[in-house]
Amino acid sequence: MTDRPLTKNIDMTRAPFDIGQYRAAGGYASVEKMLKTMAPGDVLDLVKISGLKGRGGAGFPTGLKWSFVPMGESAPKTKYLVVNADEMEPGTFKDRLLMEGDPHLLLEGMMIAAYTIQASTAYIFLRGEYLQAEKLLKNAIAEAHGKGLLGKNIQGSGFDLEIILHTSAGRYICGEETALLNALEGKRANPRAKPPFPQVSGLWGKPTIVNNVETLCNLPGIVNYGIEWYKGLGLGADAGTKLCGVSGRVKNPGCWELPLGTPIRELLEDKAGGMCDGYQLRAFLPGGGSTDFLLPEHLDLTLDYDVIGKAGSRLATGTMIVLDDQTCPVGMVGNLMKFFSHESCGWCTPCRDGLPWIDEIFQRFEKGGGLESDMQVLTDHLEYLGPGRTFCALAPGAMAPLGSALRHFRDDFHDHIHGGGCPWQR
Amino acid sequence: MAKITVDGIVYEVNPQNNLLQECLSHGLDLPYFCWHPCMGSVGACRQCAVKQYRNADDKTGVVVMSCMTPASDGAIISIADAQAVKMRSNVIESLMISHPHDCPVCEEGGECHLQDMTQMSGHNYRRYDFKKVTHRNQNLGPFINHEMNRCIACYRCVRYYDDYAGGKDLAALGSHHHVYFGRHEEGTLENEFSGNLVEVCPTGVFTDKTFSEHYTRKWDLQTAPSVCTGCGAGCNTTPGERYGTLRRIVNRYHHDLNGYFLCDRGRFGYGYNSSDRRITEASLVSTHDDEKGVRKSLTTQEAQRQFDAMTAGDVVGIGSPRTSLENNLALRARVGVKNFYAGFSAEQQRCVQAVIAINREQGLHCPDIRTLEQADCVLVVNEDITNTSPRFALALRQAVRNRASQLATDARIPLWQDAAVRELAQNELSPLFILSPQGTRLDDVATDTFLGTTAQQIALLAAVANIIDASVGNAATDTHGEEGARRIASALITARHPCIVSGISAGSEALIHATANVARALRKYSVQSDAIDVCFAMPESNTMGLALLMEEGGGTLDDALQRLARGEADAAIVLENDLTLRTTPEAIDAALSRTPAVVVIDQLHNEFNARAQLLLPSTSFAEQNGTLVNYEGRAQSSHQVFQADAALRPGYEWLTPVDPLSLVLTTSETILYHSAQTLSVLSGAEKLLPPRTGIQALMKSPRQSHRYSGRTAMNANLNVHEKKQPADRESAMSFSMEGLPLQKDASLLSAAWAPAWNSNQAISKFQDEINGELKQGCKGVHLLQRTLEPHVAARVSSSADNSVVYFIDHIFGSEELSAASPAITARSVGAYLCVGEADAQRLGLQQHGRAEISSGAHTAQLPVLIRQRIAPGAIGIYCGGEINRHAFANGVSISAVAEDSNVLVRSRQMFSELVISDSQQGRG
Amino acid sequence: MNIIATSSARPVARALTVEEKHEIDHEMTLYPDKKAVGLEALKIVQKHQGWVSDESLMAVAEYLGMSAHELDGVATFFNLIFRRPVGRNVILFCDSVSCWIMGCDGIKDHISKRLGIDYGQTTADGEYTLLPVPCLGDCDRAPVMLMDGEQHRNLTPEKIDQIFSQRAKNK
Ligand SMILES: Cc1cc2nc3c(=O)[nH]c(=O)nc-3n(C[C@H](O)[C@H](O)[C@H](O)COP(=O)(O)O)c2cc1C
Ligand code: SF4
Ligand code: FES
Repeated sequence: MTDRPLTKNIDMTRAPFDIGQYRAAGGYASVEKMLKTMAPGDVLDLVKISGLKGRGGAGFPTGLKWSFVPMGESAPKTKYLVVNADEMEPGTFKDRLLMEGDPHLLLEGMMIAAYTIQASTAYIFLRGEYLQAEKLLKNAIAEAHGKGLLGKNIQGSGFDLEIILHTSAGRYICGEETALLNALEGKRANPRAKPPFPQVSGLWGKPTIVNNVETLCNLPGIVNYGIEWYKGLGLGADAGTKLCGVSGRVKNPGCWELPLGTPIRELLEDKAGGMCDGYQLRAFLPGGGSTDFLLPEHLDLTLDYDVIGKAGSRLATGTMIVLDDQTCPVGMVGNLMKFFSHESCGWCTPCRDGLPWIDEIFQRFEKGGGLESDMQVLTDHLEYLGPGRTFCALAPGAMAPLGSALRHFRDDFHDHIHGGGCPWQR
Repeated sequence: MAKITVDGIVYEVNPQNNLLQECLSHGLDLPYFCWHPCMGSVGACRQCAVKQYRNADDKTGVVVMSCMTPASDGAIISIADAQAVKMRSNVIESLMISHPHDCPVCEEGGECHLQDMTQMSGHNYRRYDFKKVTHRNQNLGPFINHEMNRCIACYRCVRYYDDYAGGKDLAALGSHHHVYFGRHEEGTLENEFSGNLVEVCPTGVFTDKTFSEHYTRKWDLQTAPSVCTGCGAGCNTTPGERYGTLRRIVNRYHHDLNGYFLCDRGRFGYGYNSSDRRITEASLVSTHDDEKGVRKSLTTQEAQRQFDAMTAGDVVGIGSPRTSLENNLALRARVGVKNFYAGFSAEQQRCVQAVIAINREQGLHCPDIRTLEQADCVLVVNEDITNTSPRFALALRQAVRNRASQLATDARIPLWQDAAVRELAQNELSPLFILSPQGTRLDDVATDTFLGTTAQQIALLAAVANIIDASVGNAATDTHGEEGARRIASALITARHPCIVSGISAGSEALIHATANVARALRKYSVQSDAIDVCFAMPESNTMGLALLMEEGGGTLDDALQRLARGEADAAIVLENDLTLRTTPEAIDAALSRTPAVVVIDQLHNEFNARAQLLLPSTSFAEQNGTLVNYEGRAQSSHQVFQADAALRPGYEWLTPVDPLSLVLTTSETILYHSAQTLSVLSGAEKLLPPRTGIQALMKSPRQSHRYSGRTAMNANLNVHEKKQPADRESAMSFSMEGLPLQKDASLLSAAWAPAWNSNQAISKFQDEINGELKQGCKGVHLLQRTLEPHVAARVSSSADNSVVYFIDHIFGSEELSAASPAITARSVGAYLCVGEADAQRLGLQQHGRAEISSGAHTAQLPVLIRQRIAPGAIGIYCGGEINRHAFANGVSISAVAEDSNVLVRSRQMFSELVISDSQQGRG
Repeated sequence: MNIIATSSARPVARALTVEEKHEIDHEMTLYPDKKAVGLEALKIVQKHQGWVSDESLMAVAEYLGMSAHELDGVATFFNLIFRRPVGRNVILFCDSVSCWIMGCDGIKDHISKRLGIDYGQTTADGEYTLLPVPCLGDCDRAPVMLMDGEQHRNLTPEKIDQIFSQRAKNK
């Protein structure tokens, strides 16, 4: 048993475990156990009860998601598992750590998920720029094949699985699970309408589960050590551990596996070493670029989906971006707006045409010439690009930092508008 | 039926539909862009936002897209809710940030859905003060303009062009706010239905290039409901005129036929109306010794006098399948039934007669175009419908998607969820089998295309029929044929709604019988109704009408020409007919040489009418009223759009002299009314005429919109006095803006308009529901009744037709009149010969080189196109208005012509304009 | 697929190399639908040719039995398919939020000055193209850039100088 199921094998100062080392460290035991003793329904129940929530950002209960996949005789024969490894959310660097640090753990997790939904083909949708991960995963897949852990009739269980690595070509929207499916099918990566949900009609119209890398890496532990253990890992309401990162002007930026429920302060001060000398904490985005700013007063909150939700933000990817007192909050949000504007897929109007307008306004704030009326335009867009208004969650994600910045940094905006540009640049 | 509440009012709805569609069906004004009645919803534009409440107690509600939300029973929504209104105004504001606001110079202005929606959504002040995104435009060929700066990225163009019409060369390119809709490289849009982009695009990105060349605002066009003369499908159109010339053609909704879409021949083929080949005055070849052979112009009165004088004796009258019943009836009346002859080629007449008999047979049913779309298994026999009756092809592209609809229904995905349905179905298509001598443009969606000569097709059909019902047809002679026949037969048998489509272009009666036999055999498996759908495309706009008329007496063209050649007539009147398209040069020469006087009434100069002594200019379809009968036997009225120059007259006016007693000129209406009373084939046709009672009898329908401008100034350069508007003594329409408002009476609906709806999308205001029937208006009158007992026809032997030469049709070029339109000419190619690779080798022919073909005394040199997809042994000839088909119809001998490289280059260039499909693979 | 016998002005599909075909063929075995390989095939071509020319695009489209227009719709959607020629080394410079906080703008200016190119430009010697890239997922070691398959982290002006002089020397 371990209290760091995700990172126990990871040591970035050396190469990741090969399959031999991995097995020696207890790797693939869960698969063996599962294939010998568990029916797909058993695994589904286990994951459901474990309380595992998706680590891709939305925090949707994984077992519940899986349960929508049609099973049994009447279900379509072909089903797919797809791993969302398109990590491109600004400030997010956790899936990279898992894939570069312990590629076999992901494969092991995939086997469990694929077996549960009885998918015999699984794709890893990997971000094109993750070259190191590509190399390591390719190698790991080959190794697993070599040891009979992939392919036909795995370990005599009658279960077949092929894992195929797909590398993308750089678009944030491909991380949105339905856009990802379109991309995988070789189409323009515009998202799809839901319903129908991918669990019912996904890749090539077949039932499909899309899960985040980290989500899947939780599975071997759950199968190996059970629900009690898994729940016990969390300190608060949520079960398990979470990869948490900190970037920005802190002494020791990085990514760590922490129990869910750990106070944010512990992450920022103990793990990341606190702010760099001469810098004060001004605010932080708790879970990547599409979450709302939290303030120093929130440091004692715990890393829990609900707790952070109640404070008006989201745990999302768990990778925190720190805004210090010498960095312009308007500039920071402007940077995010430029990103979201460029990464809009161009399908729906509010996002495609709204974000570039916002981006223009931020550029004007920066250069000088911003207008008081620009604030109204920004405010209008908060609702207009909000949840349900746009086709997918990209634009609402973009509105999170913007909306909270408009609340928390009014004075800074005011300074930009009335002071002829960015005070930090003047 | 379910009920929904919209802003407090309860409406009955069909829960299979979405909220937007139901709101529009109930006449509510709700803005939208990406949704289209034929293409469903994708939720991209977000313009159709409404507020939806969970139940009566829910006071907050959420904003949803009405096009993406089912109209489920009990749904409570609000269009007027402040948040929904705000959302819609935000969307339109966004859409307009990079729009050039060039309405004053934009061809779409005044009939622009974007203008309408901008008004409706309440956007009038521009807050965006940054640089607009701009694009470079592409030259998309002779039909379509491209002005990308006007784009609002609704994605309708690519959804229509690629997903609906099967186009391959228009794509969404780029991303975020730089999305671009165009080709990967500049060039002519290949798809035969590209013109619909003009109407599908809600703004002015894709506009009609032919229209731009002589542009007029929609409200300044004089219009009338018309019927397309491009082929025998009978699509409904709205031509528009200004200052005496025809300016454009747009689609006119017909529930059963063309729906919202036309083909490019129909839309862009009007240019001949003002081409320099138009006959603009009457002329007579002088017989005086001193100026023998000189053609001299005549005034209308002189011409009429000459005409009457020349045709006072024994006259032969030859009718026309490309002009109205009225014109043919007038000719028939003038010359008498026994002197009236059909203007078809002999084999064509036999074929149409065979088709009529099939159309009368109980147990068979001639599907309209909408019914074609609903077929779940289609067999196309020989006819290259994309090129002969193009609108059928667009319908079959929808038919193959019925498999997707079935899968979606099973998976409980609403059919309007366009993307989801496509995703679910992937490449699964309903079966479509094609028998053809060469690869066709529908092959990409066909289950299989069986390449074969006419004889081989007949054999395969016989084998199919035989498998279905052993009492019909013949067993296949080889195992390969057997296997193919089995696949076709089993697909047809298992289909709920099978449909067989053919035509008469092969000129083979045997093929028609063999085709009908498959349908007859199928009768015993018929599930849905007791009749099997089988239809035959007709080449010309009134082929069927003329053929029906011939049932009431009259001879064939051969009879006429033989009679003339025997010198048994004093004169011949040829009505709108280029006889070189109907028979051999020898037959024409023989006839003309013995006929003292030949009078031709026609629209365009051609080689044949150059030989007429008296040439009388006739009005075009847009300049006269007339009735055309389509392939189903559906008679439809085509209304005069504008008055032609006084020198031009409709055929019936030339032909019917003034009634000396009443002094009333015969009108098209009286001709039809009278004939409907006296000729049994036309009985019922009088229903096409406007009611003789009620308000319509008192007031006319205006051809001009209530905004028609400049009327008082139109002739000011000639005379400061406002010219009196011409009176229409013929029809229920007037050449003015006064009369019955559309909102009161839309039975003569040409250009749809409703308050706040200036674009063609106003049509929804005139439908009983979205995609439904027009609330008013006439869908035409079916002249064919199913009166013949079902029967099993004689087996057809494949040796009944052994021709290896087949004649190729092209959408751009094969129809006589449209071919003379500049835009169509730009897409046309000259005559050529087409063979397969093996045959080319055998004959020593080289790609793009020339071949000499000869048959009897006739020879011609043609560029050679070697195709991959062509039946071995088959020889295709495209006549291209250059060579006489009948001269080569009975087999040809072929030899290669030694080539210099110039010729190769020239013909390569010619073929580069040709769009054909020649891929080995069907639908992957 | 339509054949429009091409006139001389239009680009014509080039022949794919044996290697390219071989690699594309392999990809085809991994997906149930040929079309799904479009992006992979473009990446393969780009790997060999440096960028995706019209001729290459058409060749790939032909090979996959799809229209060049449709394939270009995919190619132009993605950031990392280059439809214009690029330098031998493409510098993907992260300009997203964490790198921005850590001063990537200054580093970018430094690179621009040193190489004489701005975003989207290629050095005169065809050696380098500079492109911005969204977050490279190395935020704890910001600023970062990716060049030649190698991630360069914790960038400083000095480090940049070092990297480029080293490369100049190695050439
Ligand atoms: C614009 C956008 C980008 C996203 N990017 C990612 C991503 O890079 N990786 C990821 O796992 N999920 C991403 N997501 C979330 C996915 O849509 C999806 O919720 C997730 O992959 C589900 O996996 P999980 O249930 O395991 O969390 C993104 C969502 C949106 C709207
Ligand atoms: S919100 Fe709309 S435009 Fe933006 S990424 Fe999603 S679908 Fe595309
Ligand atoms: S019409 Fe509903 S989103 Fe476009």
